[in-house]
Amino acid sequence: MSTVAVEEPRPVVAEPKEPLLSKKNRRLVSDPFGDNNPITVQVLGICSALAVTTQLANSLVMAGSVTFVICCSNVAISLLRATIPPRVRMIIQLLVIAGLVVFVDQVLQAFLYDVAQELSVYVGLIITNCIVMGRLEAFAMANRPWKSFLDGLGNGAGYGLILIAVAFFRELFGSGTLLGFQVVPQFVYDLGYVDNGVMLTPAAAMFLIGGFIWVQRGLRPKLTDVS
Amino acid sequence: MELVNIFVRSAFIENMVLAYFLGMCSFLAVSKTVKTAVGLGAAVIFVLSITAPLNWLIYTFLLRDGALGFISPVFAEVDLTFLRFIVFIAAIAAAVQLVEMVVERYFPRLHVSLGIFLPLITVNCAILGGSLFMVQRQYAFGETVVFGAGSGFGFFLAIVAIASIREKLRYSNIPAPLRGLGMAFIMTGLMGLAFMSFAGISL
Repeated sequence: MSTVAVEEPRPVVAEPKEPLLSKKNRRLVSDPFGDNNPITVQVLGICSALAVTTQLANSLVMAGSVTFVICCSNVAISLLRATIPPRVRMIIQLLVIAGLVVFVDQVLQAFLYDVAQELSVYVGLIITNCIVMGRLEAFAMANRPWKSFLDGLGNGAGYGLILIAVAFFRELFGSGTLLGFQVVPQFVYDLGYVDNGVMLTPAAAMFLIGGFIWVQRGLRPKLTDVS
Repeated sequence: MELVNIFVRSAFIENMVLAYFLGMCSFLAVSKTVKTAVGLGAAVIFVLSITAPLNWLIYTFLLRDGALGFISPVFAEVDLTFLRFIVFIAAIAAAVQLVEMVVERYFPRLHVSLGIFLPLITVNCAILGGSLFMVQRQYAFGETVVFGAGSGFGFFLAIVAIASIREKLRYSNIPAPLRGLGMAFIMTGLMGLAFMSFAGISL
């Protein structure tokens, strides 16, 4: 969370004929996968990453919902950025996000009722997912709509990547299934293999993300913090 | 007795942080020293004890299916439940603004040390989660008051505990890439496992 403010707002002047997918714009999408990952580097949006990752299917739905909300709210706030008074910007941002989340919630209730029941309060908690709020504050308030859209896409995907990675391990080792299909064959169980119940507790997600952070920082020493 | 039961359950057995893993962002970000952790914990207790009953009133008298019936029978069919996210978050944002003004006026030193994290209580999932759980579990008013205070107290305990552990960890020999954040994650996981031992207790 503390690293949100580091990103300096880019100048709004110039850049008249920049192609839609210039190198700089591609970096907006690719950065959040690695050095600027919302979960492992910026430590945002942890709660949902822990709660919904027991099943791969739930994580996919959650990742999609969050990406949708980030992209749309980023574009909306970016369009409005000149007209929002700084003092009330938080409330306006929250209202935009909350409106989108209500939309997502209603769509999930209508078309994916089972998943919506399992996600329970966590769909509503997208409102308080710090990634969404953080991107609005740090990026959309200072950039054009198209760039904000790409930034939202990148961060949503970076978040989804970790979510899916965590869910993959938790579902595989916790229930022996992937997307609901049995992956661990029966004869392995007959040999005495047992599903690991700890993987189904949120604590396992903590250990997994801690492990990802370890690996990532081991490979990129510059990300290591000393505190 | 029922209320004591709910308090203990919301503070320990169903601890917001260590059982549901809500409010993780501020939990990990503000737990570097015990002093700021105590400040944030106190702020969360305060905000949760206000917002949970406040949102209970809003939900029961405005949003619930048929809640508007007391105005006129015409509205008895209206179900505004789908608006709860927007209304809850707006009520929370207003309450947090109020808390911030009070703290800035009367406890300026606490305000300096909490810095950016006070407004961010608005986006602390534990606060909104408290209101949503309150709806999901269909608490009555008295139960909601106790539930809010208990959940806040649980958050306070958890954040002070992890802050003290992290202060000690600074002097231990941890592999460099795991220092700080990585270790905080693993410690929280271990604390969560420890809190699972409360799960079997039924009061």
